[in-house]
Amino acid sequence: MANNLFRGILAFVTLLLVQILILDNLQISSYAVPFLYVLFILILPFETPGWLLLILAFILGFTMDMFEHTYGIHTAATVLMAWMRPGVLRLIAPQNGYAPNTEPRIYYYGFSWFLKYSVILVFVHHAFLFYFEVFTFHHFFSTFLRVLISASFTVLLVILSQFSVHKSKGVVRR
Amino acid sequence: MRNLLRFLYKYHFPLLFLILEAIAISMGIRYNLYQRARFVSATENISAFFNESISSFLDYFHLVETNRKLSLENTRLRNQLQRVYRSDDLFFFGAHDTLHRQKYFFTSARVINNSVNRMHNYLTLNKGTEQGIQPEMGVICPEGIVGITSGVTKNFSSVISLLNINFHVSAKLKKNDYFGSLSWDGQDYRKAILNDIPYHVNIEIGDTIVTSGFSAVFPEGILIGTVEEAKVKNGNFYTVTVRLSTDFKHLVYVDVISNLQKKEQKKLDTYGQ
Repeated sequence: MANNLFRGILAFVTLLLVQILILDNLQISSYAVPFLYVLFILILPFETPGWLLLILAFILGFTMDMFEHTYGIHTAATVLMAWMRPGVLRLIAPQNGYAPNTEPRIYYYGFSWFLKYSVILVFVHHAFLFYFEVFTFHHFFSTFLRVLISASFTVLLVILSQFSVHKSKGVVRR
Repeated sequence: MRNLLRFLYKYHFPLLFLILEAIAISMGIRYNLYQRARFVSATENISAFFNESISSFLDYFHLVETNRKLSLENTRLRNQLQRVYRSDDLFFFGAHDTLHRQKYFFTSARVINNSVNRMHNYLTLNKGTEQGIQPEMGVICPEGIVGITSGVTKNFSSVISLLNINFHVSAKLKKNDYFGSLSWDGQDYRKAILNDIPYHVNIEIGDTIVTSGFSAVFPEGILIGTVEEAKVKNGNFYTVTVRLSTDFKHLVYVDVISNLQKKEQKKLDTYGQ
């Protein structure tokens, strides 16, 4: 439990630092804006109670909003994504359910499961975020393109991060 | 009572979601509708600390370009100084000179945080109230206009960039003084849209667009950009695409403009309405 808490805090801080120090300064184009910080919600353990999930999402989103000067926009998107997580997990559950002592990671459930899982949640998050940010459906398609490209970018980073975490974990286990 | 508790327990997940989401959305809507000066100052200091350390690191990558720009500007200013000293009716006056009424006062500041790929782009500057910066002051750079200050703390200020879909500025054609409203449509950080120019006006590609000076924020005649395309869209007005002269991706040093007669002008403007 204490170990989980420590790992959670470490992930929270690391992801925010990576987002703010690196990704936010990586201004490629307004169509490719990755938000890797959502990885924190994706990899929380299966046993995380619903209320904790929502509150963590709220804190995470609010911290992002503080740094991005976008009050409420990241918070709303992240809370929505956290709320959908249990439903999505049920929807794409493997045939014999989720085994105890496992986490929602590539390491345990394979590439295609994890891809489905992250694509759905990241897309929901980014779509809500970008449409709430422009606050109009005026440029519907150009915003939609921003959602698609940015979400693909984020998913790519999410998947890459899984391989790095997986390797370092493997070393510890042996 | 017991049933209520059981109900709350059973549905705590969707209920908590609704509460948190409602808080977040109402914050977001308020953010979208009003200028965010109020929120900004509360958290500015924390994020400014981070941004300043990042930007001082990133500055090294722009050293060559920055030096070139600064030396160019130095030359320009030295030329201006020569002109000013030669003629008798133009001279530098202090801010409190009651005889000659200096109208604008410039403060140089460094950009410590900047973005161009959001819909609401902001800059953070390394100067604040202690250095005389107030909300709603114009910000320019040697190439053209940059934005307007919104939230100001003791030592930092945040600037609503021209690249912000809430930003509007009064602009005019330099050659014939027809004016309209310039804003950004969120599409390309090098282009902005100028509306409300009547269709009978002769606009040619390459015409210069400058500030009109109507708003008491920017002086008249600050460069904004050049006409790239002018179309008459439904009705009697042009929609002019303006190629911005400011390169928002390479902003390092900017000037903040205090209008020393702003109060007076604003007072008169409100009487007029």
